[in-house]
Amino acid sequence: MSTLLKLDRISHAYGAQAIVNELSLELKKGEIGCLLGPSGCGKTTVLRCIAGFEPIISGEIWLNENSVSRAGFVLPPEQRRIGMVFQEYALFPHLTVTANVGFGLHRSTKAERAHRVAELLQITGLTEVANRYPHELSGGQQQRVALVRALAPYPDLILLDEPFSNLDVSLREYLGQEIRELLKKLNITAILVTHDQAEAFAVADKIGVMHAGKMMQWGGAHELYHHPANRFIADFIGQGILIPGKVMHPDKVETELGTLTGNIYHPDHSSREIAGSQVDVLIRPDDIIHDNDSSLRAVVIHKAFRGAQYLYTLRLTSGQNVLSLISSYHDHAIGEKIGIRPQTDHIVVFDRLNSQ
Amino acid sequence: MHRSFIFSSHFGRWCSSFLLIGFLFAAPISSQAEEIVVYSSRIEQLIKPLFDAFTKETGITVKFTTDKEGALLTRLIAEGKRTPADILITVDAGNLWEAARNGLLKPVTSPVLEANIPENLRDPQGQWFGLTVRARTIVYNTQKVKPEELSTYADLADPKWKHRLCLRTSKKVYNQSLVAMMIAELGETETERIVKGWVNNLATDPIADDSLALEFVAAGRCDVTLVNTYYYGRLMHENPTLPLAIFWPNQATTGVHVNVSGAGVTRYSKHEAAAVRLLEFLSSEQAQKLFVELNMEYPANPQIKYGEPLSNWGSFKGDPRSIVKAGELQTSAVRLMDRAEYR
Amino acid sequence: MKNDFSSVNPAAIPDIQQHSSYKAGYGIRRAWRVFPFLVAAVVLVPVCVVFASFLSLDDEIWQHLIATTLPNLLTNTLWLSLGVIAGTALLGISLAWFTSVYRFPGYRFFSWALFLPLAIPAYVIAFVALGTFDYTGPVQTSLRHWFNSDLLWFPDIRSGPGVAIVMTLAFYPYVYLLSRDAFLTQGKRLLEVAQSLGFTRRQGFFRVVLPMARPWIVAGIMLALMETLADFGTVSIFNYDTFTTAIYKTWFGMFSLSTASQLASLLILIVLVIIVTEQRFRLRMRFSENRKSARVERVPLTGWQAAAVTGFASTVLFFAFVLPVVQLSIWAMDALTVGLDQRYLEFTWHSVLLSILAALITCLVAAMLAYAARIHSDGYTRFAIRLSTVGYALPGAVLAVGIFIPMAWLDNLLSDWIEIISGAETGLLIQGTLTVMLVAYMTRFLAVSYFPLESALQRVTRSIDEAAAGFGITGWSMLRTIYLPMLKSSLFTAATLVFVDVMKEMPITLMTRPFDWDTLAVRIFSLTSEGQWEQAALPALTLILTGLIPIILLVRHSET
Repeated sequence: MSTLLKLDRISHAYGAQAIVNELSLELKKGEIGCLLGPSGCGKTTVLRCIAGFEPIISGEIWLNENSVSRAGFVLPPEQRRIGMVFQEYALFPHLTVTANVGFGLHRSTKAERAHRVAELLQITGLTEVANRYPHELSGGQQQRVALVRALAPYPDLILLDEPFSNLDVSLREYLGQEIRELLKKLNITAILVTHDQAEAFAVADKIGVMHAGKMMQWGGAHELYHHPANRFIADFIGQGILIPGKVMHPDKVETELGTLTGNIYHPDHSSREIAGSQVDVLIRPDDIIHDNDSSLRAVVIHKAFRGAQYLYTLRLTSGQNVLSLISSYHDHAIGEKIGIRPQTDHIVVFDRLNSQ
Repeated sequence: MHRSFIFSSHFGRWCSSFLLIGFLFAAPISSQAEEIVVYSSRIEQLIKPLFDAFTKETGITVKFTTDKEGALLTRLIAEGKRTPADILITVDAGNLWEAARNGLLKPVTSPVLEANIPENLRDPQGQWFGLTVRARTIVYNTQKVKPEELSTYADLADPKWKHRLCLRTSKKVYNQSLVAMMIAELGETETERIVKGWVNNLATDPIADDSLALEFVAAGRCDVTLVNTYYYGRLMHENPTLPLAIFWPNQATTGVHVNVSGAGVTRYSKHEAAAVRLLEFLSSEQAQKLFVELNMEYPANPQIKYGEPLSNWGSFKGDPRSIVKAGELQTSAVRLMDRAEYR
Repeated sequence: MKNDFSSVNPAAIPDIQQHSSYKAGYGIRRAWRVFPFLVAAVVLVPVCVVFASFLSLDDEIWQHLIATTLPNLLTNTLWLSLGVIAGTALLGISLAWFTSVYRFPGYRFFSWALFLPLAIPAYVIAFVALGTFDYTGPVQTSLRHWFNSDLLWFPDIRSGPGVAIVMTLAFYPYVYLLSRDAFLTQGKRLLEVAQSLGFTRRQGFFRVVLPMARPWIVAGIMLALMETLADFGTVSIFNYDTFTTAIYKTWFGMFSLSTASQLASLLILIVLVIIVTEQRFRLRMRFSENRKSARVERVPLTGWQAAAVTGFASTVLFFAFVLPVVQLSIWAMDALTVGLDQRYLEFTWHSVLLSILAALITCLVAAMLAYAARIHSDGYTRFAIRLSTVGYALPGAVLAVGIFIPMAWLDNLLSDWIEIISGAETGLLIQGTLTVMLVAYMTRFLAVSYFPLESALQRVTRSIDEAAAGFGITGWSMLRTIYLPMLKSSLFTAATLVFVDVMKEMPITLMTRPFDWDTLAVRIFSLTSEGQWEQAALPALTLILTGLIPIILLVRHSET
């Protein structure tokens, strides 16, 4: 599959303030990408740069192997064949659903347009509401209309800006999967922007985590979780706590929890190279299991019900906290001391920070 | 920002306090005998000094309000017998005539007024009296016109004035009165022919006011125009070097068209004696001189001698016919000018 | 804000509506049902008086008018209206668009400066334009000197196009104000939507932004149009014959108030037809868009485009504001000794007080009307409300008479009763009170405050009403907690428009003011009625500067 979109070290600034800094990413045709990050990290700006609404001050954006943005040049948005779904949908309130969807098909003949609109409404189950005005639709329907409107002119790429933020939380996951299925069915390349990991994991093939205008890591969900490129990713993706330790052997790490065994992963070095050095070890909640027979004891200081499991925050003797997911049949009181045991086969470590 | 004010739930209380504000400013019901009320279409600057002088002399205070004639007449009609007004002052005879026709004025017998104001400048029944004379005359550009070329109002319709005439709009009552008096003299057909002639001779579209018409003549856009003399006086006072001069038309026939700024006592006046006293005062020498001074209008009282600048413009024969005609024929004049496409 | 409401579980609403407050709410709903009709009744009294003139039809005058001036007047009025509509739309929309979406040299300055002409009465712009560009004005005089010719080819400003240009300069701020409101809240985003659908910016503007801003633009143009139809000052300075000049001529010249009123009622009918037609075209459409708080970047303009936009904005500002103010200042210096006396502060104070009171009352009523229209969107209510706003299209003096006659009748009736009961003789009680003036102003300027509020209410989505009802918030508390904060800026706009309009208003003020209650506008009237415009410069300038205060407040308010 060929590369559809490539961002090559792009930067964007508003005045002296850098918003996006040397950011790169690549997306193949048919893939769904996601920019994930806390609000204010610049993810929406990247989207707007791709769409052509914002200029870039360095780097280059390639679409279908054509350069569309570089310093001093911006191909106008309307010539990019990029569809966009806006955060608040921005449907035309004075037009019916049909007219909204057909709006971008201004170069087609009437018959073509009617056919395309009918086809898309059919696929998305909007045929019933074709003659309604946006204010007469539910939130989910509005979102679908916005998506379909963007899809109608056969864009090469669809951009979705926080597409679920206006919807009920309970609807989000369901609609995320619905959108993913739809995009896959139509073989549409897309990028969405969100601050919600669950959304990103539900919809995207590739996820880019952004922080302060920089791309921290670009990869699949599995990769981000198991091979975080840095402490920020380790902290941001999933849950986990870094505890101090020492690499004893290519597959053994000494920590307060005892000696952990497993494949050691360090983003920059092989496990052999770091043997003997002080590191921080990423301990995920599923790395620690409950074992009444273990001599290792920890105090429950917080617990959160997760249905099948409790997420316990446990304090070790040294005062170090760790997280543990334990079956909800085991209901321990706060303050109780319980036995735990580490169970790892994959160990993520980072260089120990100097300050510690 | 108006939150607590507009949308307060104490809306009712707010409403009542609003009404209170309204009545706070309510016109006090006057029990003072020594106060009269004037409705005037003559503007404040040209009338207030006279009221001040009157109060000084008699101790009677004058309350007044100014507005357009039409509005004042409507007001008098609507207020009916409870009108606060004692006197109506206008700047033309037509509206006084209309007020009298609508029964808004009261006949007054006053030997003083009858002595001071000539018969042709007042209503025969004594419902109103002219106080100043406004002469509408010809003003010409001295560089382009010799006075020998000029003769009458009617002569301005002669083709020799083609593209040389400027006129103020026919909507102004001064022109309506002039044409009304021409109808009285010459009849409708002849007058209409003359007015059409004027329109044909226009150098430019009719002008909104006399001052601008004079400026057009001075700037050479046209050669002659018809204006009230005090506009000429004002302009020459500001700029004495302008090439403008007055010509008195119709000296061999009807004389210069004169209108009046006048006044009458209202039908339902509750202070008739004081009101008549004010009218008598306004016709007196002191007041008449003040009128001349304020606005360079001619005194209606023929015994009053006036000095510069009026004396510089020379003496003239004014139209001796009763100005009542101007009121009677005003509507006909307006229609005639409409037909002649005089805008 | 929106999220808070939309996240309310809709299932909870019916529950809460069982609450006792819901029953109380029913009575309030009925009150809202009656309210528009009450207001319409009050406002329609003068209109009815005008229409009542048909009881005495003077065939002869009508035949005369039809045979002579009327056809010409109608064409004149039609062309003037079309010219002003086109002109104010062109200036108002384009300037609003440039100042709300683009970055060009001075865009911050122009954003607010272009509002300023609102404070200048049309008759002042007219007189200054005449004084400057007419044959005897400095421009033509200098040109004649340079070319040493009589310059008869120079276009006469005292013409249809001249009047249309002057009125455009005077009235474009209405369109500018309202369409800018629309563009600022939704313009840039809509443009992006259009671009993402393959439209160029230009296509996007015409196919998306413009249609979406329609209620605002139409409201602005309607105000400009009604001002045009009601105008007497400007057309008489230019001696340009319109329907309104005919009204005055038949009244003052032919002493036929009834024919004048009949002509005026035709004017009202024309305006009603326009309003109703426009409403019909809107059908089920909505124009609400959620206000987006995120900062939207301006599109930078460079090179000749930037120069052209800056030049365009400067030109408009120069002719509509700078030139009149400078000219008035020069005259005011010359006439300083004439105009200035102790009562000056009093005039200003009267003007300001009246304007503030009128603005408060009119906006209150307009807001209540707009809200009533929202609760009861049936045809009768909408028609009643439309009727309430037609007063703006009536020539001021006609409306003043329409108010004065029934008021004096009521006053006499009241006095009759008092005399019967108490035996004491009374004068007129209501007449000459501020109450009359304020009711009269409300009648005239309800449209000015209603249009901005109505447009703004379109933007408050209905789900907000429902969500608020879900919290048990109804009636007055709904107004206070939901609408007032959301409508604050529009209320302020509406109040400013009324304030400035009352400052400039002449005929009603003249006819209904109490004794010794002269305002700046009255002062201007008495100084200008003899054609002495130079002498009126000082009150005119004071009037403009006072009117600028709320406008500048408004601008600062809307920019932050």
